[in-house]
Amino acid sequence: MSNETNRRDFLGYTFAAVAAVGGAASLVGMKKAWDPLPSVLSSGFTEFDLSAVKAGHPSTIMWRGKPVFILKKTADMQPNKRDLIINGDRYTIAIGLCTHLGCIPAWKKTKWKCPCHGGEFNASGEEIFGPPPRPLDLPPFSISGTKIVLGEEGPEYKKIAAAMKA
Amino acid sequence: MAKFTKANSVGEWLDQRLNTTTLNKVLMTEYWIPKDINFLWAMGVLLATTFGILVISGIFLMMYYKPDVNLAFDSVNYTIMQEVAYGWLFRHMHGVAASVVFLIIYIHMFTGIYYGSYKQGREMIWISGMLLFVVFSAAGFSGYMLPWGQMSYWAAMVITNLFGGIPFIGPDLVVWIRGDFNVADATLTRFFMLHVFLLPIVIMGLIAFHFYTLRIPHVNNQDSEELDFDAEAEKYLSGNKKESKVIPFWPIFISKDLAVLGIFLLFYFYLVFFHYEFAMDPVNFDPADNMATPAHIYPEWYFLWSYEVLRGFFFDIGPMKAFDIGLAAFGFANAIFLFLPFLDRDTKILPAHKRPAFFVWFWILMADLIVLTIWGKLPPTGANAWVGFVAATLFIVLFILLPVISKIDAKKRGA
Repeated sequence: MSNETNRRDFLGYTFAAVAAVGGAASLVGMKKAWDPLPSVLSSGFTEFDLSAVKAGHPSTIMWRGKPVFILKKTADMQPNKRDLIINGDRYTIAIGLCTHLGCIPAWKKTKWKCPCHGGEFNASGEEIFGPPPRPLDLPPFSISGTKIVLGEEGPEYKKIAAAMKA
Repeated sequence: MAKFTKANSVGEWLDQRLNTTTLNKVLMTEYWIPKDINFLWAMGVLLATTFGILVISGIFLMMYYKPDVNLAFDSVNYTIMQEVAYGWLFRHMHGVAASVVFLIIYIHMFTGIYYGSYKQGREMIWISGMLLFVVFSAAGFSGYMLPWGQMSYWAAMVITNLFGGIPFIGPDLVVWIRGDFNVADATLTRFFMLHVFLLPIVIMGLIAFHFYTLRIPHVNNQDSEELDFDAEAEKYLSGNKKESKVIPFWPIFISKDLAVLGIFLLFYFYLVFFHYEFAMDPVNFDPADNMATPAHIYPEWYFLWSYEVLRGFFFDIGPMKAFDIGLAAFGFANAIFLFLPFLDRDTKILPAHKRPAFFVWFWILMADLIVLTIWGKLPPTGANAWVGFVAATLFIVLFILLPVISKIDAKKRGA
């Protein structure tokens, strides 16, 4: 300690150090208090049987409180890099929230139309009109037989996610 | 301890301990107000009163409201509206006050802009006022969510999704704000806390600060005349009331405020009793459903102008996505008013009608805000989208031009 630093300064710096550590620790605590609860995180899995789906008529299932669209493509619908292929059938799997501001688009024969700001998505979930900045999001999923489990990242999911990024 | 002598009255007893005589002088009887101000300066007292109504009616609503996704809707629409004696009155008073408080805030703001009350020495008044506006907006939005109707739910969905546009941390930030992957129970309870506790406390603190910022520069006047408040106050105190250009806030000036307040309260209670539906969107009487979006969603009238700026940019420009341009424009629209004292480069404080270029700027801004508000409510398709685009662009251009326009006026006056 140099001669210019007196006892009061030292006490002040000590207090500042203690307060800074305590302040930072409480900020971490406050941040974590607003994170999703463990019960919310653990209830994030939903199972669904794909074999019952009729081609051309999307099913909507709820996963983590969000709608997920599952569309079995008809023969005249364009194939796409994000198609999930099971036994030769092509499926579009997508979170059913407009990527603009989160409204639920409605299925109109060949495409999804968003009621709020007029965005449109084709049968592959790609944005074709309006303000949405990207295709409908892909939920993490895994496949066993004809069953899909939403919330797990299976190899089929990883392949499609990589294809969408490319 | 100071020496205390026996007090002869309750007032004297309090004065010895709390210095109430001096406090009363500082806050009331010797708080000097220029004579030359019109009814538009009464908006401060109107706002304080409306905030008081919001707090008191809110306390009564809170006693029966249940912040739980399964109970919230019925606690408002059945318990409070049907069962609680005068519950309907407290709800309508709260809802209508939440709406008109923004009307008065806007009048208050644009009075300040018209008369240049944000300039040279009064910057802190303006900045603290704009902070109040931001926190009032947050309080209005968090309260709008609580009845857990369809509009509440989807408003929460859209507004929390806006944070997703922030680079890098956006998507994680949205989950953190909601406390769930979706707008859910955790979202409702934390917004309840914000609405009934944290934000009102912050508002009260900011109101005190806003009043304090007035003490040193004092309130502006219709001609933006620079007064020597000490000299004028001395004239008044020496009995020269006619010549003095100031009057005490209490009991002289407040009489004018109270007259305006009386008219305002007539208007307010007319709305409460006969037209409460203007603050109650019909869509919000459907319970929230996270699997169905209403056909057309829009905010309450007081957010329409910034909502229209957000969605005014509906096409991509080069590498920029429409969504990101809109978000940036929205951020600009909400932050730019804060910088008004520094964008206005005129070196003198003058009312708009004595600054020709600024006068035109002011009324174009007003017209543009009205257009944005009207088109914010219309579906954004066809020609409507283009009106929104032009009005949103004009809004931004106006603020970019302000430094130039205010300089032109100063030059013309020979400054």
